[in-house]
Amino acid sequence: MNEVFITGTGQTAVGEHWETSLRHLAWQAIEPALQAAKVEKPDAIFVGNMLAAGISQQQNLGALLADFCGLRGTEAVTVEAAGASGGAAMRQALLALRSGEISTALVVGVEKTTDKVGADVTAAVAAGADSDWELAQGATAPAIAALIMRRYMHEHGVQLQQFAGFPVNAHANARTNVDAMFRHALDELRYAQAAMIASPVNMFDSAPDADGAAALVLATGAGELQPGLSVRVAASSLATDALAVHDRRDVLAFAAAKLSADRALQQTGLAHDQIDVAELYDRFSVYAALSLEACGFARRGEGWQLARNGAIGRAGRLPISTFGGLKARGNPGGATGVYQLVEVARQLASMAGENQVAGAKWGLAQCLGSSGGTAVTHILQGVESS
Amino acid sequence: MEITRHWRLQKQRYGLVGEQCHHCGEKLFPPRDVCPECAQEAQELYRFSGKGEVFSYSTVFDAPAGYEGISPYTVALVKLEEGPLVTAQLTDVDNDGVEIGMAVEMVTRKLREDGDKGMLVYGYKFRPFLRQEAVLPA
Repeated sequence: MNEVFITGTGQTAVGEHWETSLRHLAWQAIEPALQAAKVEKPDAIFVGNMLAAGISQQQNLGALLADFCGLRGTEAVTVEAAGASGGAAMRQALLALRSGEISTALVVGVEKTTDKVGADVTAAVAAGADSDWELAQGATAPAIAALIMRRYMHEHGVQLQQFAGFPVNAHANARTNVDAMFRHALDELRYAQAAMIASPVNMFDSAPDADGAAALVLATGAGELQPGLSVRVAASSLATDALAVHDRRDVLAFAAAKLSADRALQQTGLAHDQIDVAELYDRFSVYAALSLEACGFARRGEGWQLARNGAIGRAGRLPISTFGGLKARGNPGGATGVYQLVEVARQLASMAGENQVAGAKWGLAQCLGSSGGTAVTHILQGVESS
Repeated sequence: MEITRHWRLQKQRYGLVGEQCHHCGEKLFPPRDVCPECAQEAQELYRFSGKGEVFSYSTVFDAPAGYEGISPYTVALVKLEEGPLVTAQLTDVDNDGVEIGMAVEMVTRKLREDGDKGMLVYGYKFRPFLRQEAVLPA
């Protein structure tokens, strides 16, 4: 099995890019990634996207982007797993590289959420849920998170205010991320008064659906991301659970996230406390708590405690959302998983600027689709070239 | 108009008809081809009683397309008395008057309409089980 390294990264700002179409947005991330990697023609392209068919009436982004980016003829496909599409695209690239079938790959996540506005977007985004048995009942993505959150609060005796630390931390980190959608600090005291989206999930709990594109170039054999520093893909695992939350054995456990994190950690032989930085799927505050529990960073029902006392801050024992997370960097659907990987790679290659977690050597990136129905976990390692 | 998708599910939407796996006895809603408990075929139809209790609930303020007319509405995870959990709207109740553990029963209601001239989709919702309500303190 071949070793795989990240040799180039690129990303756009996350936000509402009214003037920029999907293909242009993708190129804005792809061009710098290819340049940094000094790769003209990757052997294959893996695209992470979830909404283009429903919102932009565009399918087959593989062929579309290959042609648009001057790579006509290149092998290219879209990989879709709702919110986990970006991580799933990375997983497919990795499988192809490790097998030796290809030597270089371009992974690009791109989303144009703003090509529609209003209730049509709410419905398109909810298509990650079970269409016949959740969405048909009027359950949106925030409503499903809210059902989980209210039950979590009920079973574990947690008050609403105790989740505030997650968005507050995310926003604090986004202040120094020029590409983040929201760069203002969040007042913890205002958290419980924020307007409701689906009770008890409020505006401060819920990541903004946005536009964005992020890209990675991967190569087998060694390859520096920064002079003297390489980023190696140490582990990769994708797992599924029942798609509909009501079909799960335990509504308050992300079984897919646990399976994929356990396997990824096993692949590296690392102990939990050796992970220096983690980009988790904080699309809703309760998902951050449940992800921490699923990955084994907290016991069942105690994930929310890490949002107290700075444990998840950049100087804490497990920094998360170090560039703002989904909540403040923003959530461009199928691109999010690739943003997470770009961010972890930059942490490990000492390229994180003011967002740098000191001495980060091992980083974990995990994205979820369909309220935890799919989970993809990658572990990256920063390696000093001798 | 998504006629066939909704038409196929009439028995489930109007009658809460699920399945009982005759290998392991697990009751399933909705019906599946493969039992998630024992991985055998699950083929015997089973009509649920419609009685259950609220496992969790949420009042939705940001409705998806087709549901804006009834917004805000309350959606719930309902634990049927036979075991399975279903996602469904609550009806005939104040959005503020819902509690975890509340007894509910299934009724058939309009789920959505596709515009003025579009199809009407009916299905299950749950309302407070009235006899149980009578014993709650005033």
